[in-house]
Amino acid sequence: MKKLTILLLSAAAFHAMPAMAQDLGQAPPPDGTVETLEEETSGLSGSVTDDTAWQDLSIVIPGFATDRNADTAANASGTAALGKEIARVVFNDLRNNGLFEPVGPDALPQPSYSQITAPSWPVWGNRNAQMLIQGYVQAGADGRLTVGCYLYDVALQDELARAGWVVQPGDWRRAAHKCADLVYGRLSGEDPFFDSRIAYIAETGPKDNRTKRLAIMDSDGANHRFITTGRSTALTPRYSPDYRQLTYLSYVDGNPRIYVYDIGTGRQTLVTESANPTFAPRWSPDGRFILYSMAVNGNTDIYRVPATGGTSTRLTDTPGIDIGGSYSPDGSRIVFESDRSGSQQIYVMNADGSGQRRLSFFGGRAATPEWSPRGDQIAFTHIGGNFRIAVMNPDGKNIRYLTNSWQDEAPTWAPNGRIVQFFRTERGSGDTALWQVDLTGTNERRLATPADASDPSWGPILP
Amino acid sequence: MNTRIAIIALSAGALALGACKKDPPESLPPEPLPTTANNTPATDPNAGMSGPGTQSHFEQMVNGQNVIYFDTDRYNIDSADAAALQMQARYLAQYPNVTVTVEGHADERGTRDYNLALGERRANSAKNYLVSLGVPTARVRTVSYGKERPVALGSNEQAWAQNRRAVTVVVN
Repeated sequence: MKKLTILLLSAAAFHAMPAMAQDLGQAPPPDGTVETLEEETSGLSGSVTDDTAWQDLSIVIPGFATDRNADTAANASGTAALGKEIARVVFNDLRNNGLFEPVGPDALPQPSYSQITAPSWPVWGNRNAQMLIQGYVQAGADGRLTVGCYLYDVALQDELARAGWVVQPGDWRRAAHKCADLVYGRLSGEDPFFDSRIAYIAETGPKDNRTKRLAIMDSDGANHRFITTGRSTALTPRYSPDYRQLTYLSYVDGNPRIYVYDIGTGRQTLVTESANPTFAPRWSPDGRFILYSMAVNGNTDIYRVPATGGTSTRLTDTPGIDIGGSYSPDGSRIVFESDRSGSQQIYVMNADGSGQRRLSFFGGRAATPEWSPRGDQIAFTHIGGNFRIAVMNPDGKNIRYLTNSWQDEAPTWAPNGRIVQFFRTERGSGDTALWQVDLTGTNERRLATPADASDPSWGPILP
Repeated sequence: MNTRIAIIALSAGALALGACKKDPPESLPPEPLPTTANNTPATDPNAGMSGPGTQSHFEQMVNGQNVIYFDTDRYNIDSADAAALQMQARYLAQYPNVTVTVEGHADERGTRDYNLALGERRANSAKNYLVSLGVPTARVRTVSYGKERPVALGSNEQAWAQNRRAVTVVVN
C-alpha cells in the first residue's frame, strides 16, 4: 500500500509543473524615472586643448555643491554630504574602469554653490588640472533631487559640456553615473555605459555543493540585490532590454528550465510549456522574442518564442548541440554555438534560421558568442588548452585574445561595446569572480561582489 | 535520431565483442547522497540492506555500478558502461515498480550552457541503452546537471574523468 502511494506520487512528479515551487526572494523596488533637464549648453563647440591621449588627461572632481544643506532621503547628513558622495561616485566610475586617473573630492577643496557655474580657475590651474568636473545637488519641495553636472577645460577656461537630471532620492547614484557618462562621452567620443546594470549568479558554498542565486547590481556594484533565495540552482540570467524582466535558468521544479521573472510584479513564468529541459535564454534586441535552447531526446536545438508567450519556432535542426545565440544589434542575424562539425564552433544564421554557416576556424573550440552592441565585433570563449576571452570580426576574421588565464568564460558587452565582462574560475578551488577588460585588452580588473560570481550579463543603458 | 540509432548499434556491437574494456577511473567517486531515499523505512533489521525500491538496495544489487563514465566531450556507451547498464536493466526487470532518473554530468572544463546540453546527451545515452534492453521508457527519466554537481573536486584529469558521468538514481 505504501509503495503504491509512492509510485503514484512519482508518476505525478514526472508530468506536473509544480506551480507551487518557489525560490524567489523579495522583489526589488520599482525603478524611478530620471528626467533630463533642458539646459542651454554654452560650450559644446569648444575642443579639448591638449594633444595628449584623453586617457592621460588630468581630471579633478571636487564635491558637488548645494544651495543649502537640506534634508534628503538620499543621505542622513543632508544634501551637502550627498554632494560629496555624488562626486565620489563620478570619481570611482572614471577611475575604476582604468579610463582616467582623476583626483577625487576627498583630496580637493570644496567649491561653493556659486562657483559651480563660475569656476575659480586659479585654484584648479595651480593644481595642473586640465579638466574640471563640478556639479550641484538641490532637494526640491517634493523630495526629488536636481543634480547638475559641468565639464570645464581649465586651460581654455571654458565649459565643454553640461547636463542636469531630476531623480527620486533613491536614484541619486543614477544622476552621478549620468554625469560620469557625460564626461566620458565628451572626452572619449564613445557612447555612455555607466548608467546600466548587471545581472549575474552569486555563488557560495563548497565546490560540490554550490548555492547559486540570481542577483542584480548597478554597473559599479552598488544597489546589489538577490532575486532568488538559493534554495534551487539559478544560472545564466539576461536582463530584458527595458530592464523590466529577467530571463534565467532555474532548477526550481527539479529540472533545468528557463523562466521570465517580472521585476515589477515579482512573479515568474515558464518561457515555454514543455516537459523537455530548456537552457540558454536570450532576448532579441527589441525585447519581442526570446531565443532558447531545448534538448529533445538528448539533441539540443535553438528555438525562438515571443516574449509574451505563444508558439515556438525551431531555428536549427542538426543532430549536434546547437545552443546559445546572440542577435546582431539590428536583429537581422544570430550568432550561435554548434558542435555539428564535431566540436564546439561558432556559426551565424539569419534571424529566421536560414543561411547557417560556420564562422570560427581558429583551431581549438569556440563557444558562447556575444555580438557587440556596436555590431562590429563578436566576443566569445576560445578553448585551446586554457579558456580565453577573444573577439573577432562578424565575418569570423581577425581573432584577438583579450585575456589569458586558466578558465575565462561567458563574455558580455558593456552597453557601448568598449568593455567585455566575463567570469574567471580558479583552478582547483573552483572559486569564481567577475572580471572585465577593455576591447584593447588593457585595464583588466576584478569586480567587487559580495560573494563568488559567475554568468554576468550587462544590460543596455537604463531607459 | 540517426545518431541515437548509431549509438545503440555501436554499443550492441561492443557488447557482442566483449572487448575494448575502458579502464574505469582509478578511484570511484563517493556514492551520491541518497536524497530520494530519506524516508526509507527500516523494515527488516536482519536484512542488512534497505528494501527494494531504495537507492541503497539498487546500488547493492548492481554492485555499485549505478554510475557510468564518459570520455571528454563524448557520450557513447562503451563496453564497461554497457555491462553496468545491463545490470541496472536486470534490476529494473526484477523490480517492475521501480522508476529511475538518470542524471547526466560534465566536468568543469566546458562552458556552462554546452555542458548542460552535454549532460542531457549523456543521460539520454544511458536511458536509450536501458530502453533498448527492454526497460519501459516511462520508467526512466533524465536530468542534466551540466558541470554544476561534481563529485571529484580536483582540477585534473582524474577528477574530470570521475565527473563525466551518468548516475542512475531510484525515484521513490
